[in-house]
Amino acid sequence: MSGFGGFLLRRLIGALVTLLAISVIVYVVFYVTPGNVAQITCGPRCSPAQIQQVAEQLHLHDPLYVRYWHFLEGLVAGQDYSTGTSVQHCSAPCLGLSYQSDQQVTQLILTKLPVSLSLVFGAMVIWLVLGVGTGVLSAWRRGRLTERLLTGVTLVGVATPVFVIGLVLMIVVCGQLQLLPFPQYVGLTDDPEQWAWNLLLPWLSLALIEAAAFARLTRSSMLETLTEDHIRTFRAYGVGERAVVARHALRGALAPVIALNANNFGSAVGGAVLTETLFGLPGIGQELVHAVNVVDLPVVVGMVLVIGFFVVVANAVADVLYAVADRRVVLA
Amino acid sequence: MSLVNVTDLTVEFGSLRAVDGLSFTLEQGAALALVGESGSGKSTVAAALLGLHRGTGARVAGSVEVAGTDVGAASEDELRRLRGAKAAMVFQDPLSSLDPYYAIGDQIAEVYRVHTRASRRAARARAVEVLDRVGIPDAVRRSRSRPHEFSGGMRQRALIAMALSCEPDLLIADEPTTALDVTVQAQILDLLHTLREETGMGLLLVTHDVGVAAESVDDVLVMRHGRAVERGRVGAVLAAPSEAYTRELLDAVPRVDAPRARTQASLASSGSLASSGSGAAGSAEVVVEAVGLRREFGRGKRAFAAVDDVSLTIRRGETLGIVGESGSGKTTLGRMLVGLLEPTAGEVRHDGHARLGVNPAVQMVFQDPVSSLNPRRTVGESIADPLRARGERDEARIRGRVRDLLERVGLEAAHHDRYPHEFSGGQRQRVGIARALAADPRVIVCDEPVSALDVTTQAQVVALLGELQRELGLALVFVAHDLAVVRQVSDRVAVMRRGRIVESGPADEVYDTPRDPYTRQLLAAVPALDPEAATRRRTARREPAAT
Repeated sequence: MSGFGGFLLRRLIGALVTLLAISVIVYVVFYVTPGNVAQITCGPRCSPAQIQQVAEQLHLHDPLYVRYWHFLEGLVAGQDYSTGTSVQHCSAPCLGLSYQSDQQVTQLILTKLPVSLSLVFGAMVIWLVLGVGTGVLSAWRRGRLTERLLTGVTLVGVATPVFVIGLVLMIVVCGQLQLLPFPQYVGLTDDPEQWAWNLLLPWLSLALIEAAAFARLTRSSMLETLTEDHIRTFRAYGVGERAVVARHALRGALAPVIALNANNFGSAVGGAVLTETLFGLPGIGQELVHAVNVVDLPVVVGMVLVIGFFVVVANAVADVLYAVADRRVVLA
Repeated sequence: MSLVNVTDLTVEFGSLRAVDGLSFTLEQGAALALVGESGSGKSTVAAALLGLHRGTGARVAGSVEVAGTDVGAASEDELRRLRGAKAAMVFQDPLSSLDPYYAIGDQIAEVYRVHTRASRRAARARAVEVLDRVGIPDAVRRSRSRPHEFSGGMRQRALIAMALSCEPDLLIADEPTTALDVTVQAQILDLLHTLREETGMGLLLVTHDVGVAAESVDDVLVMRHGRAVERGRVGAVLAAPSEAYTRELLDAVPRVDAPRARTQASLASSGSLASSGSGAAGSAEVVVEAVGLRREFGRGKRAFAAVDDVSLTIRRGETLGIVGESGSGKTTLGRMLVGLLEPTAGEVRHDGHARLGVNPAVQMVFQDPVSSLNPRRTVGESIADPLRARGERDEARIRGRVRDLLERVGLEAAHHDRYPHEFSGGQRQRVGIARALAADPRVIVCDEPVSALDVTTQAQVVALLGELQRELGLALVFVAHDLAVVRQVSDRVAVMRRGRIVESGPADEVYDTPRDPYTRQLLAAVPALDPEAATRRRTARREPAAT
């Protein structure tokens, strides 16, 4: 298994380099963005003197590379921050303090991340089951009524924005039928049952759209594998159609699905802003949008790095799954 | 009751009638070959025997009865019980015909379980048993390998093992050796022969290669345009065909055991007597020379030399045949001669001077006339490419020259504005030759120029190359895996193995009195057109080869 160890090591180094590059880009972007950060941070009623004081506290006058160096220092060794009256210690993987709330970004992420992960994990299970299932069915029943119906439904799914599906779901299920209360986030560790019930609608509305994309991909991928020679072999040897599809065609068709899933999972961790906003879920996406609006650099960098981390991890997992599914793939 | 009874079979795909009123029978334990060129409908017949056209949109009429099952009328379940259990099929490309994701043994076990309801363990044991039977060494361990871990010949053995697993009455083999090297082909044909002797199963062999048929079956059915041309004992049909088409087909087959059939013109222009072996080409000027050519691929531990220390000379007006099996480095060598690949060591000399990169004086004709022409451009434009590359700007002159070239290679000037898909395979290869001629080359390297073509087309293209050579004094390098074709076109021959030339010399000398054991092995593996000779040679092959 030295090959696998080497693969992990290379992947880890690659991920670190990627994440560092992302942080540099975010720093540069914010440095060149117009607007007075100290003014925005301090608020509209601050006097010029107060603004000056804030700017110094946040090291806004330092050149870019000095500020980036501070950021790296904090990340590796931790940092002490003076907030005017007291000194706050931010330990080792320190992403700095929020300009707005003086809260440690690491802490902020730790409170937001479970919400986002709960949302995306649950949605992923639904979109995979629904999407792959629909795709396989419509490839198998090609040219028949089932397929035309499914194709129509998935097209509508792809074309409908999440806030429409989410709103309709909420109005019908919570408002009209009153089957569920209006969603409100409950932690998994606090009450698993309530956690699931409250997340059901957000899961569905995020998953339905993703499922449509997966259904279309699975269908085209299945149609391709069904024309391959080895499928013909098993048909010519009297293996039943169900076994041919489930055992021989599906496995070959899943490779692009795994790749798409890695991508979509990673980006949904930070990108499910609409769903989070619609259902009032205090997740990463919502927080990121807010931080960008108020030019809260440490929070933005932290959030972007977390999202980047999940994209990289999801892709590495996809590569391993690839290699497990297809022994011809060499991890490199 | 006959094992196979086909009456008035017609198969249509849209407006195309692939099989047209074909009738034949095959008795228990007998072997019949369907022989024909591409498009003759032979593979369509094979698929119809297992009812594989069901649900594909093809229209099937007439009756097909296999091992007591009426294929046309059978229910899905009855059809499944026929497939694999009573009649099993072996396909042309053994790599793509096996599922890449599962171990070979598991795939065979799956098929066995579908038909016998055996336990998992028993099915797995059966898989190992049949793999052992088809000569896979260390079958227990190898049964856990996936198809890509097998060589081409081993894969075909595995597919045959799958066919054997349920002890079928009929084996349908659709071009079972077409994708294989000639030595491996001989092994697979021998295996099929042995298995037939041992199990008494019937064989329906579909092949384009008359030699393969002569090696393997009792009866042959020659097909053309979906109809039967001639049927009879294989020896009788090959020795004395009664139909004109069969004769034409047999005449086109290149012979490996006869000296090159030289035309008058060839003798006149080369000024040599063919019987003298080395020929006058031996004294003509050397146009291209390769000295110590070596080409490596990959780096570090994975590096290997595809071509290793190859030196050769090509003289004006002669044909040098380079023959070898897949992976022998012959294509890499050809590409280096043209300058498409840089040698890792050694050099290519033109007129005694070392040259790097491509040179208009050395042109190439590629194997696949479909993929080596741009489908979105007219053939006229493709042929004009070398002219434009040389700096010709006068459109009228370019057009005139392209028209000349088209007529030169036996096409019509009016074909100028047509697209590649409007041509047949042989015509496309003519376009490829015209493109090579456009640069006024002194040498043309032909990389498997006829291996994608039917024998009759093959013979025409070979004849064209010979004609051009005589008229233009071209030197040809003819790279091919087909020993018979190479003999029929070459003055001198080089036999390659693992990147090296193991033997070279005048063609007749190499073929009639091979010195290298590998050359002898290759020649012994070429199917003979005479079934009796085939039997003699099979017996000889069974004795341990001295390598």
